[in-house]
Amino acid sequence: MAKAAVKTAVAGPSVERRPAVAGQSLSATGVTLVVLPPAERISLRAPDASIAALSKALGIALPLRPKTSAAKAGRTALWLGPDEWLVIDESGKDPLADCAKISALHSAVGISHRNVAVSVTGPAAATTINAGCPQDLSLDAFPIGAASRTILGKVEIVLLRTAADAFRVECWRSFSDYVFTFLSEAARDAAA
Amino acid sequence: MSATFRIAGAGRLKQAKIAGFSFDGRPYTGIEGDTLASALLANGVHLVGRSFKYHRPRGFLSAGAEEPNALVEIKRDAARKTPNVRATVQELYDGLTAQSQNRWPSLAFDIGAVSSIASPMLSAGFYYKTFMWPKAAWKNLYEPKIRAAAGLGVAPDQPDPDHYSARFAHCEVLVLGGGAAGIAAALAAAETGVRVILADEQAEFGGSLRFESGAKIEGQDGFSWAQSALAKLSAMDNVRVLPRTTAFGYYAQNFVGLVERVSDHLQSPGRDLPRERQWQVRAKRVVLATGAIERHMVFADNDRPGVMLASAARTYLNHYGVAVGRNIGVYTANDSAYAAAIDLKKAGINVAAIVDLRDNPTGPAIDEARALGIEVNFGRAVIRAGGKLRVSSMTVQPKNGGGERTIPVDAILMSAGWTPSVHLFSQSRGKVAFNDETKRFVPGIYAQDCVSVGACNGTDGLSATIDEAYAAGAKDAGSKPAKGTKPKVDASESWSRGMLGAAPGAGADATVKAFVDFQNDVTAKDIRQAVHEGMRSIEHVKRFTTNGMATDQGKTSNMHGLAIAAETLGKPIPQVGLTTFRAPYTPVTFGSIVGLARGPLFDPTRKTAIHPWAERQGAMFEDVGQWKRAWYFPKPGEDIHAAVDRECVTVRKTAGLFDASTLGKIEVVGPDAAKFMELLYTNPWEKLEPGRCRYGIMLREDGFIYDDGVVGRLAADRFHVTTTTGGAPRVMNHMEDYLQTEFPHLNVWLTSITEQWAVIAVQGPKSRDIIAPLVEGIDMSDEALPHMSVREGRICGVPTRLFRMSFSGERGFEVNVPADYGEAVWEALWAEGQKHGACAYGTESMHVLRAEKGYIIVGQDTDGTVTPNDAGLDWAVGKKKADFVGIRGMARPDLVAKGRKQLVGLKTRDPKVVLEEGAQIVADPKQAIPMKMIGHVTSSYWSQNCGRSIALGLVAGGRDRMGETLYVPMPNGVIEVEVTGMVFFDEKGERLNG
Amino acid sequence: MLLIRCPYCEEERPELEFRNAGEAHIARSPNIAGESDDDFEKFFFIRSNPKGIIYERWRHMHGCARFFNAVRDTVSDRFLMTYKAGEPKPAKLPGAAK
Repeated sequence: MAKAAVKTAVAGPSVERRPAVAGQSLSATGVTLVVLPPAERISLRAPDASIAALSKALGIALPLRPKTSAAKAGRTALWLGPDEWLVIDESGKDPLADCAKISALHSAVGISHRNVAVSVTGPAAATTINAGCPQDLSLDAFPIGAASRTILGKVEIVLLRTAADAFRVECWRSFSDYVFTFLSEAARDAAA
Repeated sequence: MSATFRIAGAGRLKQAKIAGFSFDGRPYTGIEGDTLASALLANGVHLVGRSFKYHRPRGFLSAGAEEPNALVEIKRDAARKTPNVRATVQELYDGLTAQSQNRWPSLAFDIGAVSSIASPMLSAGFYYKTFMWPKAAWKNLYEPKIRAAAGLGVAPDQPDPDHYSARFAHCEVLVLGGGAAGIAAALAAAETGVRVILADEQAEFGGSLRFESGAKIEGQDGFSWAQSALAKLSAMDNVRVLPRTTAFGYYAQNFVGLVERVSDHLQSPGRDLPRERQWQVRAKRVVLATGAIERHMVFADNDRPGVMLASAARTYLNHYGVAVGRNIGVYTANDSAYAAAIDLKKAGINVAAIVDLRDNPTGPAIDEARALGIEVNFGRAVIRAGGKLRVSSMTVQPKNGGGERTIPVDAILMSAGWTPSVHLFSQSRGKVAFNDETKRFVPGIYAQDCVSVGACNGTDGLSATIDEAYAAGAKDAGSKPAKGTKPKVDASESWSRGMLGAAPGAGADATVKAFVDFQNDVTAKDIRQAVHEGMRSIEHVKRFTTNGMATDQGKTSNMHGLAIAAETLGKPIPQVGLTTFRAPYTPVTFGSIVGLARGPLFDPTRKTAIHPWAERQGAMFEDVGQWKRAWYFPKPGEDIHAAVDRECVTVRKTAGLFDASTLGKIEVVGPDAAKFMELLYTNPWEKLEPGRCRYGIMLREDGFIYDDGVVGRLAADRFHVTTTTGGAPRVMNHMEDYLQTEFPHLNVWLTSITEQWAVIAVQGPKSRDIIAPLVEGIDMSDEALPHMSVREGRICGVPTRLFRMSFSGERGFEVNVPADYGEAVWEALWAEGQKHGACAYGTESMHVLRAEKGYIIVGQDTDGTVTPNDAGLDWAVGKKKADFVGIRGMARPDLVAKGRKQLVGLKTRDPKVVLEEGAQIVADPKQAIPMKMIGHVTSSYWSQNCGRSIALGLVAGGRDRMGETLYVPMPNGVIEVEVTGMVFFDEKGERLNG
Repeated sequence: MLLIRCPYCEEERPELEFRNAGEAHIARSPNIAGESDDDFEKFFFIRSNPKGIIYERWRHMHGCARFFNAVRDTVSDRFLMTYKAGEPKPAKLPGAAK
């Protein structure tokens, strides 16, 4: 093929996006589960020296304390490890593009499609998650804004507390069916 | 049948709610609030089971969790059948169906009881000694027979239709036991504002307050106080009250396992209600308020139905309003049995006599019994119980011998004293200490942050118990001081002491059956025999006799057994020691352990984005780890062979689409990315240009192949690494391990992108024609996109990482697209493919196609003992590299020695014969068995493209055997094979650009 | 289930989040390719397997994902302390039973 034959990129996909477990929800006494719509996500890795530049580029101060997060204008940065953050953007902006603008040492990898999020809300939300999560989810131990990679049943999740009775559970795409089913069973018991 | 033993005005059950139930097919009625035990006793039924070894008739010993005899089967339907339920714990509901166990053909006439007649043969250690020879007989004869005759109950043979749930919970104070002590401790802790969990195994809290008629707290009777205190606790936000909940195991760092029986007591549990809920509780501090268990007297035939613990009879009367007989005898060595006699007498039941082993005891209980006109005998022993299916008499003799007197009775209440329940304390690794004065083991050295209060701590008397418990509950619990006040005890009952070991008549020379352990049919004589046969340690005595083993864990038997062993050994009790108490405290169902992990939640089932399409096409799937992968796509009428033949031919003729999404993918990013790749893979990477790919091999430090995959360099500082499907998590862990701990100086980071990208492999001569119309921003010409290169662009308007690579030997591409677009892009490619006659193919065809080209599969053609050289992959090892993981291991003498097994091709002489994978290979089929095996078949298929079978195998010195004939001995004859090169199709590799 | 203090998360977390990764403080030679057979044997195959105090590697696999080191008593199964990867073997152990 000749070089001239190369088509140049046009705007927008011509095919449908089909997220996993899309649109699923469950309502039980005291707890509601909703599979959240797609969001932009990056896995961000960086040494201490780059944090200021990355915070500026992302428009959000990357949290430095374990088990914490920071949120601003539809964008949340979760501390996952000493040099690791999960950045979730629900405002339609692209954090990957923001990071690409700076030269400070870092690794930003797009994982928007890797993860699926389920919101767990209601007075029995913590009880529901505790059916498979061994962490203490009291407000003292896991306050609003707390974030942690942890376990739910037999899979790994990232857990973020968005309000006293609201959590966001992130898992990998192929585990989302398991996670939603697990939370549904747990919600049924939490309501019992 | 009317409940003739229900005493008007006694007990706390409301007569209003009648519950019908059946036992061994006979209908009875009870009252809601009854246990199965109290309901049967109300109907005069004592005979409820047969014993484990001798099949002796047995009745109720207790009224609680310590029950060793009354184990029944509760049946809701064919699948809901629970054996070994303690009738003393099972709550009655209307329609309950229970069956006795260990009897055939009926409870009253049991053939197995012949073993009771033959019992001189069945003494301790009998099984160990008798069934040793011949060896085969154990498997075919002894074990099946013994299992049929013995055992406890019958397991259901259908899947359990109930569901179970589980929860992790955290609290500052976990209180185990809901008697006076537990409630007082929970009150004190709760008032400080900390999180408190209070659990009790009974349906109703109160513990011994359920039967202690003499207890008064805060101006109320003890049980009423317990209920009002509980109501107060239940109303507090920081307190969780768990009735019907057993703490079955106490593990490290105050981690305690609880099982809550949620619906076993309900007539028709709702569908949403779990049967049981397992709690895994992490507590800052644990308060053990587990109480004490009354001991029986060890005398001849003390197991006859109707012979029971005094406190049990009191519970049946004072809580359930049931008299355990009409003419009652009492045999005791401590005061508590007097209280039972007094309560029964006051309820209008005749008490024939109290036989007290003590010489001249004094006290208010004794005075009161006498005042009520009960005959009291001191210094005497009951040497025998009469009757068989129900006790009919007790034979009394002065304890030092003399004239016998037989007194007709229909029940004997006994008490040898109280044993503190130190089971959970012992499980916490605490060390018990023996109190010589009170002859009991109490908590000594604590191993964890826990405290024992009340009877389980050897504390006697209600006042002292509540003082101790309240202080323990308040201590260090929370920042707030306890607001409330300690409950005031107005009146209490108190007793201690008693006796341990065999009573007169069951002593050293006696051959009578005086039971120590009812559940395991261990008599006083068995324990002595064990010592005589050389068992010196109490642990050996336990194993030899089975005393205190199994579900019972020695709740009633341990102390008696220990005392008899100590006496026989001539040593003091603390020198003989106590056996270890094991979890679970009482039996735990498998369901509660499994919890939610059943059906779809047993193990995650991972499906790719393209899975729904494959399902709609009628694909057959295979499990690869947790993944479901499309195996083959049969057309109507095709079996797997026909489908795979067609798929393989189509790929080489036109093209095929294959879902490769499950391949592990890792993005390696950072200025030192190439340096890191150099260290983790055998290949050189520094000079690989961005936009190009390379097949990489990863070793472990031992020099053996660990994983492989194609790696694309997207930019100077960015690699897109692929791994095997099954290897993805461990490869990531392996890479992180080296990066974090061996090469932390490298500026590089790893991110798993397995699930970010769906991967559509398009392989075959028409592959480019299929893809090109949908691609934007990538020059698809061979010059711009040669074999083993990678470009970023768009396909169907979505971002793609487009790899030009081949695992089939044909011109091939792997189209990576963001996972949510995977299925739609596949559909677009499928539509294009249809124009060219392409097919969808599954993992089976993928395997055949790669084998035709001699491409290995790590984990199939390698097994963790194969080096790159063994696999013929020396070309992929960077010869100039100074270091990579495995470089030294690979150079070990054995790994470079001659004659190692090497991967080669195998062609059967008869091209129609397909070898069996795993089959062994020999050089000379005529040699004597066992033959010398020189290798085995690792991959074997029918290749429609080659028109013959093909195989790969690991063969000693294989590459030096080219053209040699080797042999594969099989059950139906020996198969001749020729050793060949590994490439069976397109040896020159021309089709990669075809 | 044990509680293990992760030196990066700075708190105790449930054992389910962790994975053991073998003995600690076994250095990989920077010149591993030139090592003698004996030295490689010691490095790769020989482990101390003590009754008592063991220095071992753990990974907070389902947490911060960091590898770190721990001192554990194999008799009591108690963790005496944990510290970050790369830090030297502690000279003094807190509460070590002797």
